[in-house]
Amino acid sequence: MTAESSNDTAASAACHDTVERAVQAPDVDQPWAELGLKADEYARIREILGRRPTSCELAMYSVMWSEHCSYKSSKVHLRQFGEKVTDEMREKLLVGMGENAGVVDIGRGWAVTFKIESHNHPSYVEPHQGAATGVGGIVRDIMSMGARPVAVMDPLRFGAIDHPDTARVLPGIVSGVGSYGNCLGLPNIGGEVAFDPCYQGNPLVNVLCLGTLRHGDIHLAQASGAGNLVVLFGARTGGDGIGGASILASETFEEGGPTKRPSVQVGDPFAEKVLIECCLDLFAAKVVTGIQDLGAAGLSCAFSELASNGDGGMQVHLDRAPLRDPSLRPEEILMSESQERMMAVVRPADLAAFLQITDKWDVEATVMGQVTDTGRLEVLWHGQTVVDVPPRTVAHEGPVYNRPMARPERLDEVRSDTPDRLPRPGTGEELLALLLRMVGSPGLCSRSWVTTQYDRYVRGNTALAQPDDAGMIRVDEASGLGVALSTDGNGRFGALDPREGARIVLAEAYRNVAVTGAQPMAVTDCLNFGSPEDPAVMWQFEQAVSGLADGCRELGIPVTGGNVSFYNQTGTTAIHPTPVVGMLGVIDDVAHRVPSGWREPGLPVYLLGTTREELAGSEWAWAEHGHLGGVPPVVDLDTERLLADVLVAGAREGFLSCAHDLSEGGLVQALVESCLRFGVGLECDLESLCRRDDLSPFVALFSESTSRAVVSVPAGTGGLWENFCAEHGVPALRLGTTSSRPSLDVEGLFAVPLADLKVASEALLPTLFEH
Amino acid sequence: MRIGVVTFPGSLDEVDAARAVRLAGGEAVALWHGDDDLHGVDAVVLPGGFSYGDYLRCGAIARFAPVMRSVIRWAGPPESASPGLPVLGICNGFQVLCESHLLPGALVRNDHRKFVCRDQRLRIERNNTRWTSRYGDGEEIVVPLKNGEGGFVADVPTLDHLESEGRVVARYLGGNPNGSYRDIAGVSNATGTVVGLMPHPEHAVEEGFGPDRDAAGRLTNTDGLRFFTSVLEGVLTA
Repeated sequence: MTAESSNDTAASAACHDTVERAVQAPDVDQPWAELGLKADEYARIREILGRRPTSCELAMYSVMWSEHCSYKSSKVHLRQFGEKVTDEMREKLLVGMGENAGVVDIGRGWAVTFKIESHNHPSYVEPHQGAATGVGGIVRDIMSMGARPVAVMDPLRFGAIDHPDTARVLPGIVSGVGSYGNCLGLPNIGGEVAFDPCYQGNPLVNVLCLGTLRHGDIHLAQASGAGNLVVLFGARTGGDGIGGASILASETFEEGGPTKRPSVQVGDPFAEKVLIECCLDLFAAKVVTGIQDLGAAGLSCAFSELASNGDGGMQVHLDRAPLRDPSLRPEEILMSESQERMMAVVRPADLAAFLQITDKWDVEATVMGQVTDTGRLEVLWHGQTVVDVPPRTVAHEGPVYNRPMARPERLDEVRSDTPDRLPRPGTGEELLALLLRMVGSPGLCSRSWVTTQYDRYVRGNTALAQPDDAGMIRVDEASGLGVALSTDGNGRFGALDPREGARIVLAEAYRNVAVTGAQPMAVTDCLNFGSPEDPAVMWQFEQAVSGLADGCRELGIPVTGGNVSFYNQTGTTAIHPTPVVGMLGVIDDVAHRVPSGWREPGLPVYLLGTTREELAGSEWAWAEHGHLGGVPPVVDLDTERLLADVLVAGAREGFLSCAHDLSEGGLVQALVESCLRFGVGLECDLESLCRRDDLSPFVALFSESTSRAVVSVPAGTGGLWENFCAEHGVPALRLGTTSSRPSLDVEGLFAVPLADLKVASEALLPTLFEH
Repeated sequence: MRIGVVTFPGSLDEVDAARAVRLAGGEAVALWHGDDDLHGVDAVVLPGGFSYGDYLRCGAIARFAPVMRSVIRWAGPPESASPGLPVLGICNGFQVLCESHLLPGALVRNDHRKFVCRDQRLRIERNNTRWTSRYGDGEEIVVPLKNGEGGFVADVPTLDHLESEGRVVARYLGGNPNGSYRDIAGVSNATGTVVGLMPHPEHAVEEGFGPDRDAAGRLTNTDGLRFFTSVLEGVLTA
């Protein structure tokens, strides 16, 4: 522990660019372009300061004004999330957008905080460390709200499943997510694994973390009260991740360009686990008045955001920062994204107690400086001022762009190329052959090769995890109060219609939570897009954001926070617009949860909702024909809400023994998954469905219409259930009965042993990735 | 009955172990790695996790923690004929016990080189230990298994010695998940007071929060609870 000592390094203050020198030597050529700033942005910095920036100031502005940190291209659109929120939606929000993470009241004095973030670019450059530090970063965001992190989820997207680069990145990304989360003792309760050539060279690694806290435990990132101390604690600062936010996350990769590995951070989950327990002890001792994690933009972000959110200024001595590499220059220390670091604001009277706790956990803590009443952020290096800026201009008043938008020219052509022309199977034999291929296809096959590398049991509160539709965590052991979480994305629907695509994934996430019996309550989103400098991408972004914001208002569910990841493109080819929605739901008692499979024979099985012929953007069109065209399925959020209501009420009344959402792969995929979940078969008949909704058996099995679920109810309660659904305005159709034979039998079409389906489903990932 | 649960920096499953002790009817007492006082507990659980980051080797640093000095002293030598303090080491705790030489053998990287988390079928091969007395002889159970370095290895004479003395406490069934020699999932000291187990009984103690099915195929699973009721029973009769 070094409370007040300076680094005794060879670095002398004299050779550094101080504020004094910036005034005396105004015409120095500065590397603003290399640091990712545009000419007008550099000019604006000079205007704000009334002089040229020092090299340290330039470093700070460059990382904080990067796309990743400043949201400069997305801000004008993200406002919709705030504007389209009603007072009713705000009712349960204890902390809304703009903080490290949103906080939601779930009752009985409990609150949860959750947020999803991307670590896409680092994971492409260095898959294991990139993914690992993605977990680390979002976990620190959750910690800095005052919460205990209790679970993680990881929606992952890769290029074509058989592409060599997928073989390079996938095992590392999975092991990175796994090892970091496993070592933190956080159950991994769900996520996604998707494959599409559009993510080649741009894998998407999104990570969601959930934290729990009591209402009174909320902490915020603000430096208030002149004289209070600014304490940096956790790992030492090293040369890793310098400029990660500006260089990696805010630029497009060029083919054959230099690899950017030095910009990827290196994680130490052990240090983070200790930091979590240490922080929780500090919170419990009430010795922290403000707290901020160090993530993107490192100290630059922590100093400027804490000062900007506070009521005065801040003066810090940068040379006090404990270093892993004593040769680091002050600019590098400011920009380093070394992991496992936190910054707290502490009253002087509490410092001794604070340091006693950090000592207990062997965590290094250093008083960097104090809160002032000057309204300035001053950074000193060996006694000389190297930064003297208004903190808001760094943290919150960065550039804002209203970038040009244009509907992509080719979109009409794509939308008019419907899947109607594709050949379809007709006979039972053909349908069965198709089913076996689809069950084993990249988009639908079992993810167990991935998920068995994640600990889902640790902490003993996991009520549901993959492969169920949502993960569920018990929050309060006494009452059983819990939350369910699902993450969903669908790039193909986004490509066909970014607005409707966003609404479809919102609806799917909402449904995935409702089928477990939890009431959907709040959203976090990770918006993965190409370059904002491309008007077509910007148009997609605006469409997706307005679709999500409108959808959330229709469902009465607020967005509590999230993340934007731009520049996911190689050359001029952008990824499909891929908003990923994380939906949180609340359940009074996790004992009433509903799993995604039937557990015993003899149960009546129902299909809820209406099926239309909707195959554009479907798994079938893509997996069988490589076809992507037409318009995506219709989504009506009022219908979705009725379905959720009957599912949640049904679970509460004890009606449901299984409920499974219908989405990718359609009805038959859901039936297969519900059978395989507990190894219990089904005998069903499609005739009444085909007659009622005017469908061929093929369409009935593979269409991806929204607002549907399959459920099983206790034997003998079929009539009651039908009445219950009628009262709720939800069409319910009896499909069949769960069977004592381990087989999926579709009357008149085919019968297939569950063992064959299991083999078909589980073969693909180990074949490709097990070496 | 007071059962100590040790927290090392990097321990992860101590909340689960403490919950298992409580559900079994005991009192869980938190023990801190830096404190060599065992606070008079009747038995000790070394929980799963990554003590001290598992740097150097799993359990290699934890073995030198002040709390382990006391555990080693009270547990007694592994071949001793007189029973000492009952100690259950789960996963990382098993690794700590091997590094401490309270149990023979070592645990190495899984043969497939990946972390694995799955519901694991086991056969309890020795039910006259302080931690398995409530199981039937040869009873099959299902509990979660989750490890990256769970391969139990020892030289052939040691393995033969363990087998001939009946000190293999549990063996993997339905596939060896990590390359453990002779499918060994857990072993004990000579008197059966100290047991090391790679799978996690503390994650199968409460209905709805463990594996989907027990070994009999029933859709409920508290197969792990009897490790904890066993030691309580032993304490009562001791």
